[in-house]
Amino acid sequence: MATVHARPEVHDTILYLDGVTVSFDGFKALNNLSFYVLAGELRAIIGPNGAGKTTMMDVVTGKTRPSTGSVLFNGGVDLTRLDEARIANLGIGRKFQKPTVFESHTVWDNLELALAGSRNVFNALFFRLRPPQRQRIEQVLETVSLAVARDTLAGALSHGQKQWLEIGMLLMQDPELLLVDEPAAGMTDAETEQTAELLKGIAKTHSVVVVEHDMVFVKALESRVTVLHEGSVLAEGSMEHVQNDPRVIEVYLGR
Amino acid sequence: MTVGGPLTRLLLGSPGGLVLVVVTLAAAVLVPVLHLTQPPGSPFFVPTWLVSLLGKYLCYALLALAVDLIWGFCGILSLGHGAFFALGGYAMGMHLMRQVGDRGVYGHPVLPDFMVFLNWNELPWYWLGFDSFPFAMLMVLLVPGALAFVFGFLAFRSRVSGVYFSIISQAMTFALMLAFFRSDMGFGGNNGLTDFKELLGFDLQAVETRLGLFSASCVALALGYLVSRFIVTSRLGKVLVAVRDAESRTRFIGYRVEYYKLFVFVVSAMMAGVAGALYVPQVGIINPSEFAPAFSIEVVVWVAVGGRGTLYGAALGAGLVNYGKTYLTAAMPEVWLFALGALFILVTLFLPKGIVGTLGGMGDRFRRPAAERRAIALRAAEGQRAAE
Repeated sequence: MATVHARPEVHDTILYLDGVTVSFDGFKALNNLSFYVLAGELRAIIGPNGAGKTTMMDVVTGKTRPSTGSVLFNGGVDLTRLDEARIANLGIGRKFQKPTVFESHTVWDNLELALAGSRNVFNALFFRLRPPQRQRIEQVLETVSLAVARDTLAGALSHGQKQWLEIGMLLMQDPELLLVDEPAAGMTDAETEQTAELLKGIAKTHSVVVVEHDMVFVKALESRVTVLHEGSVLAEGSMEHVQNDPRVIEVYLGR
Repeated sequence: MTVGGPLTRLLLGSPGGLVLVVVTLAAAVLVPVLHLTQPPGSPFFVPTWLVSLLGKYLCYALLALAVDLIWGFCGILSLGHGAFFALGGYAMGMHLMRQVGDRGVYGHPVLPDFMVFLNWNELPWYWLGFDSFPFAMLMVLLVPGALAFVFGFLAFRSRVSGVYFSIISQAMTFALMLAFFRSDMGFGGNNGLTDFKELLGFDLQAVETRLGLFSASCVALALGYLVSRFIVTSRLGKVLVAVRDAESRTRFIGYRVEYYKLFVFVVSAMMAGVAGALYVPQVGIINPSEFAPAFSIEVVVWVAVGGRGTLYGAALGAGLVNYGKTYLTAAMPEVWLFALGALFILVTLFLPKGIVGTLGGMGDRFRRPAAERRAIALRAAEGQRAAE
């Protein structure tokens, strides 16, 4: 049997999904999904196509409203009533599956736009970058190995570099919780390894949820793993644990 | 990265824009001086008809600039911007009608001729205050701004974008046209507002007044450019481009996209209103045909021809296409609409970046090879690592 953790106290969690259901024309993309991510945790989420991984992220970030269930952030903020911008400003950052950067802006401007701070229209009109903010951008450029490409248009970057730029933008936002959708998709083995290291580094100071297909990558994360299947949790535990779960083998790993 | 003071940012970042500002401000001074000092036979003499024609083009250029600000930088394609232009024009027209006083055909001390004709006894409430120039100028900004605010708020909040937004903006201007055609609306119906006499005490037929209006249009265009340039080079402008390129990404990093769109849409509508207000005294009439959907579409063609997302290109496009229109409608009137259609198709197919974008792109190839080369080298290194 899958051992799902005993339900933690809400105030210990960064993310608390309880009984979340999302239906699209009768099809239940999420079916009474409940799981919890503790504050400061790095969590990997795996599951076959259509298991509801991306829908789960959509629900957390305000793109999709669940028909039932509650989604609580940071020990009690109800996310189901808020829109994307509000949720982002509460401290949830999201990296998309397909790298989504601002192609006609330079790498530097992409990071500058993601910089944590006021999102007010009139402040933006008179905004000037201050030295500490400049340093912060420099720092993130180093972290994601894009310092040489700072003035390059983001549209001219390679696929892997776009992935990193997007992670860099997440870092600029400095959210409490990062949702990262397939960061290693389309990357070389070396890049995949580097990305895993990068995320582990980030997880030291942030809570991180990673959705991924690549088992090598998930292993490299050395984190707790939640297996989704048909919109609910099938198993949860260490990578070793879920790999040996016969039901997980049947629906996912065995194929 | 933009470094340097605000003036550098405004002017030097865009050489074409600098040329636009210098040329319009020089024209604001030179054209009146040449007209008044040169004898009519001189090659430097600027005839009155040309002053009026250029003044009209300048108003169109400002309108094109307003459209480029939202379309080129935020991807909002308004096919109803003529409505804001016309509303600004009507606000000015109402002021000019009140200035007529008792010199109308019917000689009524307060009521404009068309109201006397309709047997009205007093001014409708919405005509009150327009006898004051400052009030009328305020309305030139506020009426288009308020309409843009309400329309934009509803559309952007409901996340209406792309072609759907274009269609409802078109419907908006069409609905306004039908409304303004009705005589009982109190805006002169079919005939609109005309037979103006004077503005601020200056006779509108006098050549000096025309020169003054011309110079004012030059200054308005230069200011409109600088305001737009200030917006697009600010962080707000970067957010607008981000919205244009990846709207949902912008939301997920915490920007309330609808407010940004609303801001720039309202600014753009106000600029269009100012253009309309300067246009009306120079052409001497405002009627509901300015609300016609075809006119708004024509404005989009000017911007596309000049070069979307460049600001000064929009102004250039407005000038060039309207010069073509003036020429063709005189030489071969039946050809003009075909030429306009062909122009739009040809530009879309062969010059998708417009005249300025295409020429500028060639310039960029020489100016920015370093960044390009670096990007190529990076990609090559990437590929090599992938191969290993």
